[in-house]
Amino acid sequence: MFDLTGKAALVTGASGGIGGSIARALHAHGATVALSGTREAPLKALADALGERAHVLPCDLSDPAAVEALPKDAAKAMGSLDILVNNAGITRDNLLLRMSDDEWQSVIDINLTAQMRLCRGVLRGMMKARWGRIINIGSIVGAAGNPGQCNYAAAKAGLVGLSKSLAAEVASRNVTVNCIAPGFVTTPMTDKLTEEQKAGLLAQVPLARMGDPEEIAAAAVYLASPEAGYVTGATLHVNGGMAML
Amino acid sequence: MSDIADRVKKIVVEHLGVEEDKVSENASFIDDLGADSLDTVELVMAFEEEFGIEIPDDAAETIQTFGDAVKFIKEAA
Repeated sequence: MFDLTGKAALVTGASGGIGGSIARALHAHGATVALSGTREAPLKALADALGERAHVLPCDLSDPAAVEALPKDAAKAMGSLDILVNNAGITRDNLLLRMSDDEWQSVIDINLTAQMRLCRGVLRGMMKARWGRIINIGSIVGAAGNPGQCNYAAAKAGLVGLSKSLAAEVASRNVTVNCIAPGFVTTPMTDKLTEEQKAGLLAQVPLARMGDPEEIAAAAVYLASPEAGYVTGATLHVNGGMAML
Repeated sequence: MSDIADRVKKIVVEHLGVEEDKVSENASFIDDLGADSLDTVELVMAFEEEFGIEIPDDAAETIQTFGDAVKFIKEAA
């Protein structure tokens, strides 16, 4: 089950905890992967660890021209582009009262606008091939909200609306568009939280632990697989029961 | 019939899966040939590729029929 042999996947934010796990899992299921991110060194290290079928394509998602070029470069490097995992994201947390326009805009740009551009950039090839998988990594915060993250939550909720609309637009071409909404996952992003914050969050998780990046990656493998061909416009919540949506 | 018209017709026939004789000068992609809005975008993309031209959105909106497409491409190519 879940054989991705012959499929080519572009994963953004592949230098991060969840993105790296997703890239590893897709690769382990047979896919060729293009690893994108801002920092080249960790991408190279991951590509070296994966061996064959791994390409490194650094990209600054705040640069529109670089974002436009990325799907083309990925298709060129891999021969095709069948799976897009929009995983990259940043946080610029602040209470809205104190949030600057720049903190708002940079999160919207990187976590929503860049995703839209990448979706747009991969569509042509997928529509022609009559097969495609777009997986947008959202967040529990996009559905449930979180104080201090008005910008991040807005971008992540926006990603859900984007995914549903695009899913409806391209369904007739056998291209599916879905979201994964992770809850509280062990990554460098959540390592920044204080122990007190972590304890507070864990109290809201029925499974009473943080998620592993591999548990998000497993959801991505499923949504990328031929077996998920009838799933589109959906959001798969992987959050330990933190919010049952 | 010109070479351009032949090539346009071939794309339309292949893409929309219609009979060649249905693709007449005034045949509307949407009303007569069963295209949906996504088909029309794909047709424009296919024309761009085949003829190595750029068809901007506002021009694409004016291409409603087979004849429109041939006329536009003749002028652009």
